[in-house]
Amino acid sequence: MKKMWAFGLTAVLSISLLAGCGGGGNGNGKAASSPDDGGKASGSSPAGSAAAGDSGSGSSGGAKKFAIVFKNTGNPYGEKMMEGFKKAIEEKGGEAILKAPDQPTAEAQIQMIEELISQKVDSIAIAGNDPDALQPALKKAMNAGIKVLSLDSAVNAQSRLVHVNQADPERIGRTLIQGVSEMIGGEGEIAILSATSQATNQNTWIEWMKKELEDAKYSKIKLVKVAYGDDLRDKSVSETEALLKSYPNLKGIIAPTTVGIAAAGKVLTDKGLKGKVMLTGLGLPSEMAEYIESGVCPWMYLWNPIDVGYLAGYAAEALVGGELAGKTGEKFSAGTLGEKEVVADGDGTQIMLGDPFKFDSSNIAEWKAVY
Amino acid sequence: MKNRGRIALASETAETAETVAAGGASAAAPKRSASANIAKFRELGLLAFIVLLSAGVQLRNPSFLTWENINDIATNTAILSILAVGMMLVIVTRGIDLSIGATLALSGMIAALTVKQYPGANPALALLIGVGIGLACGAVLGFLVSKVRILPIIATLGMMNVFRGLTFEASGGKWVSAHQMPDSFKAIATGKLLGVNHLILIAVVIYLVAYFFVNHTRTGRQVYAVGSNPESAAISGIRTGRILGLVYTVMGGLSGLAGVLWVSKFASAQGDTASGYELSVIAACVLGGVSIAGGSGKISGIVLGSVLLGILNNALPMIDVSPFWQNWIQGMIILVAVLVNALVKRGIDRNHLMRRRI
Amino acid sequence: MEPRVIADRREFSLRGFFLQWEWMLVVLFVAINVMNVNLSEFYWDFDNLRDATMGFLDKAFIVLPMVFIIILGDIDISVGSIVALSSVIMADLYNHGVPMPLAMAICLAVGALCGYINGLLIVKFKELSAVIVTLSTMIIYRGVAYILLKDQAAGKFPEWFGFLGWDYVAGVPFILIVFAVFAVAFGYLLHRTTFGRRVYAMGSNPTASRFSGVRTDRIKIVVFTLAGLMAAVAALFLTSRMGSTRPNIAAGYELDVIAMVVLGGVSTAGGKGRMAGAILAVFLIGYLRYGLGLVNVSAQTMLVIIGLLLIFAVMIPKLRLGRAIRR
Repeated sequence: MKKMWAFGLTAVLSISLLAGCGGGGNGNGKAASSPDDGGKASGSSPAGSAAAGDSGSGSSGGAKKFAIVFKNTGNPYGEKMMEGFKKAIEEKGGEAILKAPDQPTAEAQIQMIEELISQKVDSIAIAGNDPDALQPALKKAMNAGIKVLSLDSAVNAQSRLVHVNQADPERIGRTLIQGVSEMIGGEGEIAILSATSQATNQNTWIEWMKKELEDAKYSKIKLVKVAYGDDLRDKSVSETEALLKSYPNLKGIIAPTTVGIAAAGKVLTDKGLKGKVMLTGLGLPSEMAEYIESGVCPWMYLWNPIDVGYLAGYAAEALVGGELAGKTGEKFSAGTLGEKEVVADGDGTQIMLGDPFKFDSSNIAEWKAVY
Repeated sequence: MKNRGRIALASETAETAETVAAGGASAAAPKRSASANIAKFRELGLLAFIVLLSAGVQLRNPSFLTWENINDIATNTAILSILAVGMMLVIVTRGIDLSIGATLALSGMIAALTVKQYPGANPALALLIGVGIGLACGAVLGFLVSKVRILPIIATLGMMNVFRGLTFEASGGKWVSAHQMPDSFKAIATGKLLGVNHLILIAVVIYLVAYFFVNHTRTGRQVYAVGSNPESAAISGIRTGRILGLVYTVMGGLSGLAGVLWVSKFASAQGDTASGYELSVIAACVLGGVSIAGGSGKISGIVLGSVLLGILNNALPMIDVSPFWQNWIQGMIILVAVLVNALVKRGIDRNHLMRRRI
Repeated sequence: MEPRVIADRREFSLRGFFLQWEWMLVVLFVAINVMNVNLSEFYWDFDNLRDATMGFLDKAFIVLPMVFIIILGDIDISVGSIVALSSVIMADLYNHGVPMPLAMAICLAVGALCGYINGLLIVKFKELSAVIVTLSTMIIYRGVAYILLKDQAAGKFPEWFGFLGWDYVAGVPFILIVFAVFAVAFGYLLHRTTFGRRVYAMGSNPTASRFSGVRTDRIKIVVFTLAGLMAAVAALFLTSRMGSTRPNIAAGYELDVIAMVVLGGVSTAGGKGRMAGAILAVFLIGYLRYGLGLVNVSAQTMLVIIGLLLIFAVMIPKLRLGRAIRR
């Protein structure tokens, strides 16, 4: 009896390991977009490996491999971005590898970069969990001939060739202040509900919001507090409630993070503060549809994450194909997005997607089904 | 029911000893009761600490002790305290459950996917599905711990990964957002009965049932017996395996329930829901005096433990401290609370010893 | 009647030798390697296998003292926070003009101090378990790191500092060499010294060991201090690999470390386990993750596989074969 058990368990263990391989195969299959599976076939042949071994710069027999590493898995915004990246790569006949660690840490991303270097991919596009901590790993990748670009959350200029920027941080910051000012009639107390105190994107946007507030026309608007909900539902709710109680005269909340704005929308709805406290920020249309339709959040902004990924896909193709080196002034064609230009960004370069898109009651119904 | 008193339990023995000691003191000196009654209430230090903390916060922000804010604290703490009940039972049997955050996410996600598919369905169905999935997850753990005899920390650490993975697989990386959930579902967490939020009512009912269960049923007492001494429990005829299986299943069921409440409260179901929440729940239990070594832990203790954590989560944003100091303050408060509680207990114990000598 | 002789060491038996937990790990390790080779053509490549160790060895430094702690029947969940705090203090000091070697020494001292505080609290407040003490210090240590750096990153280390995490000595990664040295030292400490014997004794029966003259408090403090020190060593290598640091690094390391120790056959009930098993488990999990990463298995599938592996690995010895192993 016990022996049977032992046997059965060993069998289950081996099966689960094999299932792991199966899962791996699937994952790869899903990633390997070329319909004939050419990438994989040629990859396993000696010739293919040799060609890939050639730092991926020469024209190998199989499809080129383009990797994207997002911040963490299960993030709706990131899933859409990876979807757009894959679409672009498929349009050009390449093989897309989609990766994301289970926790949003730089340590996990370093390990993924090492895995990608081992696989001799041609390009890595990364949404960094930390702008500086990935530098040694990404430099190692670039030394191995891999074209590195960042998207969404930039890594520093030394560890990338170019950054794909969803929208100008200055425009985001200023637009949000202009929006909230319009909502509250240019007068009253406002607060910001951000992600973590470490989040670089949010911190840059908040800097620009503060700069915009220095303008004399906002003299009657007072920013009372920047709260951090750490992108956790429960903490964002507690922080929002605390804002409402500590500042009873609060007129507006800006939440430049998708988790924070949804949590704030829920609190304002439950407390019946629609029309009394205005909410705007950056949110996912599907998550915010409820609150935009009800008027709790009259309008908000975001870019299309699918387009961000799509643009990064085309930029990666252009970098590998040699049409792009990441220098200011270069131009390349980005599929349905038309022609894009590389512009300067501090001591690095970037490609701008465009202005943030405004979602309000007139267009939310159409977008909530998309992402 | 008849012979529940027959099983001697660590926590109860300790209390009996105290009562006896106090009784002895009363024989010597007539003024008994007050100090003896206080001594019986072992969470005294914690309660005093909570009162002081609240007073301090109130001084800094007068809107702290308002009806609305207390209501908010209670609502936000309800889910945590529901989970603490199950966790207490698990820890009393010398176990631990690290998988509850993942179980919560899995049952919440599947309940949300169901109501998204069938918006007309009765919200009670969603609750049933959530609890059912939680019970199933808990039963798997109970089987691994009691029948296969895997250490709880490993079994639950392993299954935590599995349940979390299944949540991602079930949702396909997608998420369920507010507009896809019918109002009836969202009303589970926002609705009120006699002016009290459903979440609070559910938590209170669970606490009453749990209080009755651990103090007045034979099975409940057996849970403690298994925890204080598994060998003697087994020898005295308690089916320890069944008890272990039961506590993990109950924990799973409560996690499942909490999952539905969570998703309904925040009107959003995602793959990473409540990631790391298990640590908060364990903290609430240990703060409330539940001993990791097993065998002791009281309902009144975990109420206080959950309340302290709930107050911390609510008060720190309200007293307007720098976000960079919040972690430190929270950690120090937890440390000081457990140290104060330990010292108060020591003082009481020493008192008893001195009295005994007389 | 014949006098009963208690052997001072157990007789060697071939059967007993091969029925050790470590052999099961070896078999599992081989199985994983065979699987990985079949999965990806990039796996069986000397350079790749060598470089992969650089990715997972930083945590492994903490595994070594954690074996001691778990044999004692305790647990330390503050190690991830100690990594963050010692790393942040080192970077902050360096950015304020302290020479790098001194800053690195201070990093080690900070780690040891954090561990010492844990140990002290645990022996002074015996009614509190190590879980609650290290749970609070976990939050506090990371809290101090946040207070120091706020929302900033600290870095810009001298060029040579990158050597620790990224370079080779005679073709072997430096981190691997250092780890080997520490592994041998800790293995020696546990299995060949009286200190190690006392740790086992305390784990099996703390009261009995105290009454037989073991200075239990001192041993406990030393073990927790070692854990802090090794967390700081891990911090050095991790910081070198990242080239900069933030208060939120090494989050969740404690659970990874504990999982490796337990997979290595160390019982959380205390008193049982060996260093070799834990070290095997480090490489087993490390290469499993690496191999699956090479074929781009999604993070959620990876979670499921590692979770099941953990459970099935500890299930096997519960069965008949395992009875023999445990004997």
